[in-house]
Amino acid sequence: MKRYLTAFLGVALLPLTGCSEGAAGQQNSEDPEQVTLQVLAAASLNQPFEEIAEDFTAAHPELSIEISYAGSSTLVQNLQAGAPADVLATADEVSMNTANDAGLIDVDSRAIFASNTLVGIVPADNPASVDSLQQAVAPEVNLVTCAPQVPCGALSQAVAEAAGVKLEPVSEELQVSDVLGKVRSAQADAGLVYATEAALAPQEVEVFHIDGADDARNFYPIAQTSDTDQPEASAEFIDYVQSDSGQAVLEAHGFGAP
Amino acid sequence: MTQQPLGTRRQALLAPSIPPATIAIALLTGAFLVLPFIALLTGITWSDLPELLTSQSAVDALWLSLRTATVATVICIVLGIPLALVLARTDFPGRNLTRVIVLVPLVIPPVVAGIILTEAFGRRGLLGEHLSALGIDIAFTTAAVVLAQTFVALPFMVTTLESHLASSGQHYERIAQSLGASKWRTFCTITLPLLRPGLLSGTVLTFARALGEFGATITFAGSLQGTTRTMPLEIYLARETDPDSAVALSLVLILVAVIVIAVAYFRPTQRRS
Repeated sequence: MKRYLTAFLGVALLPLTGCSEGAAGQQNSEDPEQVTLQVLAAASLNQPFEEIAEDFTAAHPELSIEISYAGSSTLVQNLQAGAPADVLATADEVSMNTANDAGLIDVDSRAIFASNTLVGIVPADNPASVDSLQQAVAPEVNLVTCAPQVPCGALSQAVAEAAGVKLEPVSEELQVSDVLGKVRSAQADAGLVYATEAALAPQEVEVFHIDGADDARNFYPIAQTSDTDQPEASAEFIDYVQSDSGQAVLEAHGFGAP
Repeated sequence: MTQQPLGTRRQALLAPSIPPATIAIALLTGAFLVLPFIALLTGITWSDLPELLTSQSAVDALWLSLRTATVATVICIVLGIPLALVLARTDFPGRNLTRVIVLVPLVIPPVVAGIILTEAFGRRGLLGEHLSALGIDIAFTTAAVVLAQTFVALPFMVTTLESHLASSGQHYERIAQSLGASKWRTFCTITLPLLRPGLLSGTVLTFARALGEFGATITFAGSLQGTTRTMPLEIYLARETDPDSAVALSLVLILVAVIVIAVAYFRPTQRRS
């Protein structure tokens, strides 16, 4: 019994010793030349980043990209807890500042690559006849926003303040996707979401513009992590996101210019 | 069963009749279950604890959670006993199918439960549409939280009661009825008292599930302080800005769970057979 166990452990641990010097786990087991870039990205970047990663790896066959998506603050917490990553892209500067303060990113590589505006959405048949922020905050309207603790909620507060209205939503959702969900199912009469979120359900929700929203945009920063052992590949990826082809993909998904 | 002599008992402890490997695995499993809680306790800044726990949002969330979970549990008891009785004591076509349906909310992810509840009771839902026309709108109310909790917790009550009913048999009920007791009287004086142990563990499981409910609540009921934002939602939100506060609130929820389990299972009057 003990002998088998030792043999098993030996076999199981063998591949680990092979790359213990350099980047543990960074090298693809099928091809020793292959480098895998680990990217942590904000949930709202899901669709454009999948496309960008595909284009990027087509141009760089020696690289492959693994992207994990989550809320920006979760990403920073994961990074702090030691999640392996080469590049971090968040949906707000506050999260990136937190990462910076904790020494998790290489500050020289930091760049803004996109922006997002706040828009209002209503169900396709607009049951409460809302087409402005002023109408959306009326007491008889079931308005849903993000909680002020999450980036899209903080942006909603800022935009409402600039417009001189007070938000009294029936629900403060934990994620922007939950706001879309509530409006999509017509549980809510109106919601405040990122333009990119509204672009996910063009058939089911109508968008209304909010005056002054363009002045309070959310900027998306990207940076290398300080622990990356692929600094060159990371820099290339960050450059690609900011290149014309990367920006075109982001724009197609509703993102604004940096 | 009579009590074992002390000697035999000690012997059973020193030389157990189970394979030694199971003891080793049991110890590891125990460590696996306990370690996260030790980590939680070591991660708490105790001096900040009173301030974190007495914030208005934390107090609102705890109070809302206790109220909604209690109401949901009472509803589960009232609705669960008849359903368990029908499943255990009657025979009808489609009984096994009904059993499967009862179990479904327990198996599906809670978010899915929230989505189908919206389809049924939402403002545009199958039933919700008609309720809405009558002026009854439960969207974004505390009632929606209770509904979500009841939906996901009911299977725990029904399955616990049903397995208890199935294993206890109907011996005493038959005797009572052969002596002329009515069906209601038999139910109240025989079935219900005999059901007590099953009811107790069913209640604990149901309350615990309702207290921990997250996915269906966020999808179906929403999240507003004091109205729909229960403890699990508050913890999730606190994590965004204030991880310390999230850890402190987690401790409270764990304490509530431990108290509930302790009250239910370790009462001084209860003895092991």
